[in-house]
Amino acid sequence: MSGLALRAERVSLGHGAGPVVRELDFDVRPGEVLAVLGASGCGKSTLLRSLAGLLPVVAGRLLADGEPVTGPSPERALMFQDDALLPWRTVRRNVELPLAIRGLDRAARRDRAGLWLDRVGLAHHADRLPAQLSGGMRQRVQLARTLAGEPRAVLMDEPFGALDAQTRGAMQRLLADVLSSTAATVVFVTHDVDEALFVADRVAVLEPGGVRTLVDVPEPRDPATRGTPLVRAARMELLGALGATDPYVRSLSS
Amino acid sequence: MTTLTAIRTASVEAPVRRRPRWLIRAGSLLAALLLWQWLTAGDVTLWLRFDRLPTPIEVADQFGRLLRDPVYYVDIAQSLVRILTGFALAAALGIAAGVAVARSWLLADVLQPLFEVLRPIPAIALVPVAILVFPQNEQGIVFITCAAAFFPILVSTRHAVRALPEVWEDAVRTMGGGRLRVLFSVVLPGALPGICGGLSVGMGVSWICVISAEMISGDFGVGYRTWHAYTIVDYPAVIVGMITIGVLGWATAGAVELAGRRATRWLPSRAGVVK
Repeated sequence: MSGLALRAERVSLGHGAGPVVRELDFDVRPGEVLAVLGASGCGKSTLLRSLAGLLPVVAGRLLADGEPVTGPSPERALMFQDDALLPWRTVRRNVELPLAIRGLDRAARRDRAGLWLDRVGLAHHADRLPAQLSGGMRQRVQLARTLAGEPRAVLMDEPFGALDAQTRGAMQRLLADVLSSTAATVVFVTHDVDEALFVADRVAVLEPGGVRTLVDVPEPRDPATRGTPLVRAARMELLGALGATDPYVRSLSS
Repeated sequence: MTTLTAIRTASVEAPVRRRPRWLIRAGSLLAALLLWQWLTAGDVTLWLRFDRLPTPIEVADQFGRLLRDPVYYVDIAQSLVRILTGFALAAALGIAAGVAVARSWLLADVLQPLFEVLRPIPAIALVPVAILVFPQNEQGIVFITCAAAFFPILVSTRHAVRALPEVWEDAVRTMGGGRLRVLFSVVLPGALPGICGGLSVGMGVSWICVISAEMISGDFGVGYRTWHAYTIVDYPAVIVGMITIGVLGWATAGAVELAGRRATRWLPSRAGVVK
């Protein structure tokens, strides 16, 4: 299995009348982690929903491995901010869901789900209901469920946005660890510059007029590089780009 | 230490406090029975006339006699078959129609006006239609029972399906799930708490209607027997019939409620949420 190449060609996104994003062009290379930053309301979530095939583009073309995206596909999994687990299914049965949709038999489903729950450290909570878990644990279940279906692209919509700072840090390390063993392409939407710099290979800043800033992350997913001059420079560049649209952030970065 | 004491006092106090409350409740029922006995046995007529109403003792006698009569059980079985058939049909049709109307704008436009026109008509007013349309009385009674339960189930299903968070469906679709998968893995289980409310209401309404329909056009059944007892001036048997209807209604409503609670154990209020 290899990662999916995603490509946007002069894409406009949104709901009918007024597109949120216009004339968007970008490439996501197979297997890379691209973080998308942007002020709230800039169309980050819309972009992900369109990549997932849940929302048709208004104009232009979205391509996955050269094929136009026309609808949802198990190759392009979407991970949500919160409450996307089915509350009537136990943790195990939530993780088994994509496997059941793929037609795996019961024993294989159970094995695979068990493996993924083990990887996110929730093997002991397999028979609990989502409502009996903390927010961080629920997101770990969702991570396991998203990856259990072995998608070739993972689209993450502020997956840690609803968590407290400490849990979020742990989740970022877990994600880095889990992603190292998959070849999937990842598009990671966040509004947190530091999260983007830790998780991603490249960081794009999304504005209504498209992506103007693209920053390569030096030494991605290595906690030891936090605060080194190279990363600090990347951080300043991103904050500067965000500040071009947000006066509050501009005052922070200057 | 303080918590220990608190727990101990609570566990000692609880039964002491509970016992008089049960006594009060039982006493209230007993007092009502005594009042009934006094009013009827004394043939009291204070504008309201209690002289022709049977006494509780007469009712109890009649009850004892009927319990030994096989016809009593045939009547109960007949009413139960009617209500369960009508209710099961209403559940299947009501849930299917509710999901269809909530999920498809085309079906909503086709069916919704029809439902809105028919809904205000009380099911019992359909008795003439039922007699005209159905070849047998039996089918007419089941039809009326079904029509009564159909609308509460339809409406609650429609609301429950419309209120489902979009994110569950999006999640299943991005896993590659199709329409059927979304229906059976998201829509039906997600709407179940709301549907259960409709089933409870529907069960209550269909009891009212099965009894009324039997009184008008039955050959057997608890409703028919109660009305029949009235026409032959067997008032104690009328009261026995009423009590039977009450008990059966309470038992069927309880069964629906219990089944619903079992099926929705995952609801946060019942799952023992840990924060």
